[in-house]
Amino acid sequence: MFAKPFANWPWGGWRVTFEEADRLRRQMDQVMRGVPREGFFTPAAGVFPLSNMTEDKDHYYVRAELPGIEPSAVEISVTGKTLSLSGERKIPTEEGGSYHRRERRAGTFSRTITLPTEIDFQKILAKAKNGVLTITLPKSEAAKPRQISITE
Amino acid sequence: MSAKDSLVAKEKQEVSAQAEQTKPGRVFTPEVDIYEKEHEIVLLADMPGVSAEGLSIHLEDSVLTITGDAEHPENPGETAVLREYDTGRFYRQFTLADTIDQARIQARLKNGVMILTLPKMEKAQPRKIAVTAE
Repeated sequence: MFAKPFANWPWGGWRVTFEEADRLRRQMDQVMRGVPREGFFTPAAGVFPLSNMTEDKDHYYVRAELPGIEPSAVEISVTGKTLSLSGERKIPTEEGGSYHRRERRAGTFSRTITLPTEIDFQKILAKAKNGVLTITLPKSEAAKPRQISITE
Repeated sequence: MSAKDSLVAKEKQEVSAQAEQTKPGRVFTPEVDIYEKEHEIVLLADMPGVSAEGLSIHLEDSVLTITGDAEHPENPGETAVLREYDTGRFYRQFTLADTIDQARIQARLKNGVMILTLPKMEKAQPRKIAVTAE
């Protein structure tokens, strides 16, 4: 029974196995391709704050939702290709109030995000609006895409 | 809970039991704190990305409905590198005791947190009743 898959070995037995593996791999690729990219997100880091990063030709944009945190209480620093965010969310307890619900959490946070390329340190911008922090990081000249024309 | 604990990343909770939306997009439940004081009930809700124009508060038949449409912050030319959270609409309903003075409800938005003050009706405020013994 054990010998059965190898019955015709070495006359093509291994070749069949490799072809089978290859076919399986292609099928897997096809299945994965069917997964929609937009809206399919994995909180890979699982570290507060959950962040989104987008890019255009010249910039990276890092966004994080920080409701109830004063913009001045957020510390942002960049070292090399690492962006660090840290701070504290303070929620004062209302004196003399009796709580019906308490779902919002207070605490400290610290997160680092690795940027795909080098950036221009001089022109980093951070902006907070309605509790959403947006950090604009210009790509360094060396990291920007360049159009290359073909000469005959 | 001490304030020095570190925050844990939490995905936004999507609203499950609700009539289907006509507008596409995701609907989330905002996290709230509600406390009651002598003259008012205060509700705080985390609604990041919601501006004053996108917020609507509705009170009818003692059902309070909070809806907030978060602005999509990304410009059309941007492509995603890393996506850990999604934006959409915030929606939540509460049933209130029938003692709120609707005319004096106040709402404020600060750093993505909505602060809703619901003043109690005069008659519902506790009144000390003096008992006189004969």
